[in-house]
Amino acid sequence: MNICQFCGQPATIHLTDIVNKKKHESHLCEECARERELIPEGSGSQLNLDALVQMIVGQPTSPASDDLPLNTTCPACGMKYGKFRSEGRFGCAQEYESFRTALLPLLERVHRAQTHRGKIPRRAGSQMELRRLQDDLRAAIEQERFEDAARLRDTIRRKEGSDEPR
Amino acid sequence: MNLDNMLTHLGEWLRGTGPDSDAVISTRIRLARNFADYPFTTRASNSQKSEIETRAREAMAQPSLTPALEYLSVANLPTLDRQFLVERQLISRELSSVLDGPRGVAFDERESVSVMVNEEDHLRVQVIRSGMALDEAWQQIDALDDAIESRVNYAFHEQFGYLTACPTNVGTGMRASVMLHLPALGITKQIEKVFKALQKINLVVRGLYGEGSRASGDLYQISNQVTLGKSEDQILTEIREVIVMILQYERQARQVLLKERKQAEHDRVARAIGTLGNATMITSEETMELLSAVRLGIHLQLIEEVPFTALNEMFIQSQSAHLQKLTGKTLEPEDRNAERAKFLRNRLRDIGGLR
Repeated sequence: MNICQFCGQPATIHLTDIVNKKKHESHLCEECARERELIPEGSGSQLNLDALVQMIVGQPTSPASDDLPLNTTCPACGMKYGKFRSEGRFGCAQEYESFRTALLPLLERVHRAQTHRGKIPRRAGSQMELRRLQDDLRAAIEQERFEDAARLRDTIRRKEGSDEPR
Repeated sequence: MNLDNMLTHLGEWLRGTGPDSDAVISTRIRLARNFADYPFTTRASNSQKSEIETRAREAMAQPSLTPALEYLSVANLPTLDRQFLVERQLISRELSSVLDGPRGVAFDERESVSVMVNEEDHLRVQVIRSGMALDEAWQQIDALDDAIESRVNYAFHEQFGYLTACPTNVGTGMRASVMLHLPALGITKQIEKVFKALQKINLVVRGLYGEGSRASGDLYQISNQVTLGKSEDQILTEIREVIVMILQYERQARQVLLKERKQAEHDRVARAIGTLGNATMITSEETMELLSAVRLGIHLQLIEEVPFTALNEMFIQSQSAHLQKLTGKTLEPEDRNAERAKFLRNRLRDIGGLR
């Protein structure tokens, strides 16, 4: 699903235009399209060409304060943030970190949430648990609770043993 | 796998026997999943896609997996076969004709499970059930997801959950949709009102063939929009509550039709059968609309001559790729309409739908 480049809601209006031999794609939701007067009020479905051209040529219009510079590059796959802004798709999983500052408000708009509350895969789940145990172990050692530390160390060893990838 | 053998069977989604099948065609749940060690499909090279395909096939070839899935490479498939799989709801239009490179789909004999490989996400796991069956579908897909995950590392983030190419799917990666047949709400002009209410609570309405497709034949897919911040259980509960309400409205509207304009409704259904049985050219669009009237007629017991399975067979087999496979000919769009009319005419004669 494409998302509106202005507000992050699902886009229902998709525009492709060629300016100076360069293809521009825009995705908007109806509300933002109306706001920018791309669709006239009331009936009739004629697009407002002037507003359209202005939007495409003038792109990107003043980015929000939490937005990233468009040339921010993902160190893992080399994709630029600008490409994500125009296409709405990440290039790799690391971009959830690389573009995090811009992602958080986007998630808030789309999902009204920023944190997963559902299923946890077994492998990642056990890795998460392991990390938590290691944190606990560190804390136990710092606070000189050596009995707890020994118990935690044994639990971690046991878990590491059973979680070896096949 | 011989696709032609599937031609005369009804897939799971059109079996027509599930719970609430008077107005619910099918329930579908899909999970978007990605492998941890590769870029997302749009940014993967063909050799990476090919590795993803191999790993996905290995993960799905476990003997303990039930039902057993057979893998079909879509990249090497003729256009007609790809269109055929789209019509049967086993693959998306994107996988069929928009994307390129190594990609495919694994599915079972009953067509109740399908796993697309190298769609927008590396895996799009899907379970379909006839009728209203969100719980059963979830239990099955949850188990299937676990089985696949036992062989691969999914891209998963402590805060964001399952990572997907599009941030609208992140979190659970789950889209649950219920396909409804709502002719009476359409006739009584209440359908717009229902949809406006749905948008307010973040549910999405789509046509028969998913995103961007027009609603035709009074068929609507209702699905969740939000995938982050709620558990799967919570999302399913919210959809279930809404569907139960819509079903109630649809059934009430049907009773009103029966009470206030039974004769007119009977006439509409009879005319639909008349057109289906006598037209010499007919588009798939018109076929959908007429079959919708017949479907309602069967449920309102206005007609008895058309059995339910025959209706669903006409519904799927009159679509372009099915039609071309049945006749064994490649047909230009205009010839398709003539061939479709002939097929429907013959079918209705065979089942004695025409008196």
